[in-house]
Amino acid sequence: MICSTTQTRLPQLPDAPFTSTQNACKLCTPLGACLAFAGIEGARTVLHGSQGCATYIRRYMISHFKEPIDIASSNFGEQAAIFGGRENLRVSLQNVSKQYEPRLIGVATTCLSETIGDDVGMFLKEIERETSAEGRPVVVPVSTPAYAGTHAEGFHAAVRAVIEQLAEPGEPGKHVNLFPGMCSPSDLRYLREVLEDFDLPTIVTPDYSDTLDGPTWDQYHLIPRGGTSIQQIQQTARAKASIELSQTNDASRTAGCFLEEQHSVPRHRLPLPIGVAQTDELFAVLERLTGQPTPEKHQMERGRLIDSFVDGHKYLFDKRAVVFGEEDLVVGMAGLLAEIGMVPIVCASGGKSGKMQAAIEDLAPDLTSRVEVLQGVDFVEIEKLAEKLRPDLLIGHSKGYTMSRRLGIPLIRIGFPIHDRVGGARILHLGYRGTQQLFDRITNALIETTQADSSVGYTYM
Amino acid sequence: MVDILESRRPQIHQIGKEPFAMECDKHSAPGAVSQRACVFCGSRVVLYPIVDALHLIHGPIGCAAYTWDIRGAVSSGPQLHRMSFSTDLKERDVIYGGEKRLHKALCELIDHYQPKAAFVYSTCIVGLIGDDVDAICKKVTQEKGIPVLPVHSEGFKGTKKDGYAAACAALDSLVGTGSTKGISPVSVNILGDFNIAGETWLVREYYRRIGVEVVSTITGDGRIDDVRRSHGAKLNVVQCSGSMIHLAKMMKEKYDIPFIRVSYFGIEDMAQALYDVAEHFGGGRPLEKARQLVRDEVAAIMPELQRYRKDLEGKRAAIYTGGAFKAFSLVRSLRTLGMKTVLAGSQTGNQDDYTLLKDLCDEDTVLVDDTNPLELAKFMREKKVDLMIGGVKERPIAYKLGIGFVDHNHERKLCLAGFDGMRQFAKEVHATVMSPIWKFTQRPRISAAQGGFVS
Repeated sequence: MICSTTQTRLPQLPDAPFTSTQNACKLCTPLGACLAFAGIEGARTVLHGSQGCATYIRRYMISHFKEPIDIASSNFGEQAAIFGGRENLRVSLQNVSKQYEPRLIGVATTCLSETIGDDVGMFLKEIERETSAEGRPVVVPVSTPAYAGTHAEGFHAAVRAVIEQLAEPGEPGKHVNLFPGMCSPSDLRYLREVLEDFDLPTIVTPDYSDTLDGPTWDQYHLIPRGGTSIQQIQQTARAKASIELSQTNDASRTAGCFLEEQHSVPRHRLPLPIGVAQTDELFAVLERLTGQPTPEKHQMERGRLIDSFVDGHKYLFDKRAVVFGEEDLVVGMAGLLAEIGMVPIVCASGGKSGKMQAAIEDLAPDLTSRVEVLQGVDFVEIEKLAEKLRPDLLIGHSKGYTMSRRLGIPLIRIGFPIHDRVGGARILHLGYRGTQQLFDRITNALIETTQADSSVGYTYM
Repeated sequence: MVDILESRRPQIHQIGKEPFAMECDKHSAPGAVSQRACVFCGSRVVLYPIVDALHLIHGPIGCAAYTWDIRGAVSSGPQLHRMSFSTDLKERDVIYGGEKRLHKALCELIDHYQPKAAFVYSTCIVGLIGDDVDAICKKVTQEKGIPVLPVHSEGFKGTKKDGYAAACAALDSLVGTGSTKGISPVSVNILGDFNIAGETWLVREYYRRIGVEVVSTITGDGRIDDVRRSHGAKLNVVQCSGSMIHLAKMMKEKYDIPFIRVSYFGIEDMAQALYDVAEHFGGGRPLEKARQLVRDEVAAIMPELQRYRKDLEGKRAAIYTGGAFKAFSLVRSLRTLGMKTVLAGSQTGNQDDYTLLKDLCDEDTVLVDDTNPLELAKFMREKKVDLMIGGVKERPIAYKLGIGFVDHNHERKLCLAGFDGMRQFAKEVHATVMSPIWKFTQRPRISAAQGGFVS
């Protein structure tokens, strides 16, 4: 009997690898594109496929960001699936334009439109010829079939598509580009603050810090305020440098790569700034680009962070964690854990870039023999390993709660999605400040376990 | 300001303003940001709470990822339905076909989890790449000795309603394959209740108290073996009529089992459901017991309801549901609390539903079919509502505008059915409408200027 009869117990997990994916640790490609387009000012997304894709992705994102997220669908019926979705796409663009008055429409494909071979680029050219140019939004297509890659690939592909289409050559300016990758609205706000403190004009693409985490409204906004403007994006080709925060995406297919190759904008490819060493890398680049030392405010934050490392180090040494989620975030966390004396015994993702192993070895060379890096895995595989290894902590998004509950191991919630708590959008992961918050949460979770497990019940730890 | 899309106008009606006409049952307008999902969603949502079956989603990962453990449908035993299984098709499968992968995935999962049956959901691309899912299901049925049922739920093949029909077709092939020995002549199946937060259990207990046996709860804490013998019941009691009416009709045709439509939400509808069932079985003792039950239960919750009503009297509500049947109950329930429904609609209501809704609601109430966020926001502002009742996708629209919200969708974790459910519903409504936090938001008030949009 496999299915347990106690109410809260889920089925026993299998040992052997399975053909199917069970409880996926990844999302589909179009979701990433939707997230990226949400960070462009005045933009709306049309998913070229069935209605369900748009609705499911909306529901998934709304449950995390707790903000209105309107994603349109070209809403295929059988006719469109047989004869092609050109007409549906045309009507969608027309309806979205009429209702939302967007400046930009991102059109992301789905497995359906890709499988039937819709040539969206060609459709758009034809539709453009048929419609008047007046007030017409910019339309940016991106190919995001769900059968290739994960939401991470969809995100980076959409960012590149926007840049590729809009960047305009011209006289080099004083500004830089920042491609932050998939981080939280709080992370984006933090990064902007750092750049402002360096007095470095920066174009952050995408920037959904306001669009996906804003105040209440007195009137309903057709499109939430904020985001990277088209004008800014046009200027990215004239930047004096690009900084892209990723180690696991395909370096030859990023927006930063495009600008480097086509517009000779030098690129700095850095890890997500989580932990002291990785954040130092970002600040070092900013110092080089500006010729300025790190502003005192941030030096102080760094100082306080290291001071707290000293205060907490004994609670952490040799503690073991299983880290899961998006590849860049997992790599970043592994770097932090290594530098505070913990061991990320399992670093797992449903993504399959093939770059995680090298990136983690690079950040934590001393731990190589103790870290197991798993790519393209699902939660059943992760949990099976966690059950065997019994880590002290689980670190990842809220879908790890099932495993946390069953194994009785605390979960530190980071990344996306956070579906079982408020404030997912406000989690800060990046920089000295974000690291400080992660450090405090991790240390306190371990202290809490010790405190709870003690028979005495100390109030003084 | 935003205009209503021309193609959407026939699906909106303001009661009393014009002769009644309402278009519905239409494919959503492309680009209109419908709150609906797809055929797959319809099937998945109906079959999800069958807890001892394997639910394998054949396609790329998205459809399975977004439906992992999302319902508040609870089980008294197996938890297999809360797992998410996908064949996770990749590019090579799209080119060479996914049949081998499906077969292997099915066999491994059945061997390991030992389910009582398996449902295989076809997603958009499955038909396009030419996979013969029926043949694979047949083969595995023979190999593993359990029913392996294809669910033809390609997302684009209609609307969510077609997904309900596909799910019912799969269930139909199970019904009639079990023994009906020992089933009472006073017996029912509960159709269209999903045991959100234990609601089916509550209703089942009511039926037990009035002396009616429940043979199968089909889709609420459902069990395959019960579904197989459900043709032994003497009456099908159908809630959420949009989703399960197909099965009720199939069973009427094949086994001559009559069905009635009920709702378990609100005092009036819950009581009526028990009376209707009792009367179907000739009144007598069941009806007497039903009356007693209603008296006892209502007496137990009334003092609390009256307390809430004092605060809620005259407040205005908007309702947007999946099926329209639930909207009727909500209009009545809100009336019980002294509240007025000024905006009501559903994703999948039909002509009869909207006619009924029109008769039930007051003058000036706006009715919407398959609406979208902008229309909802527009009417919520124009109608100056204090409360929105809907699901996850409606919540942020209400909250952004500083309007209270109650989740009445399948993701909720709160029992809102039956008499105690009415008490909890009232408590929820009260908690959101009366919260002091709204004073910090710029809430649209009755006196406010015409609702505009910021572009």
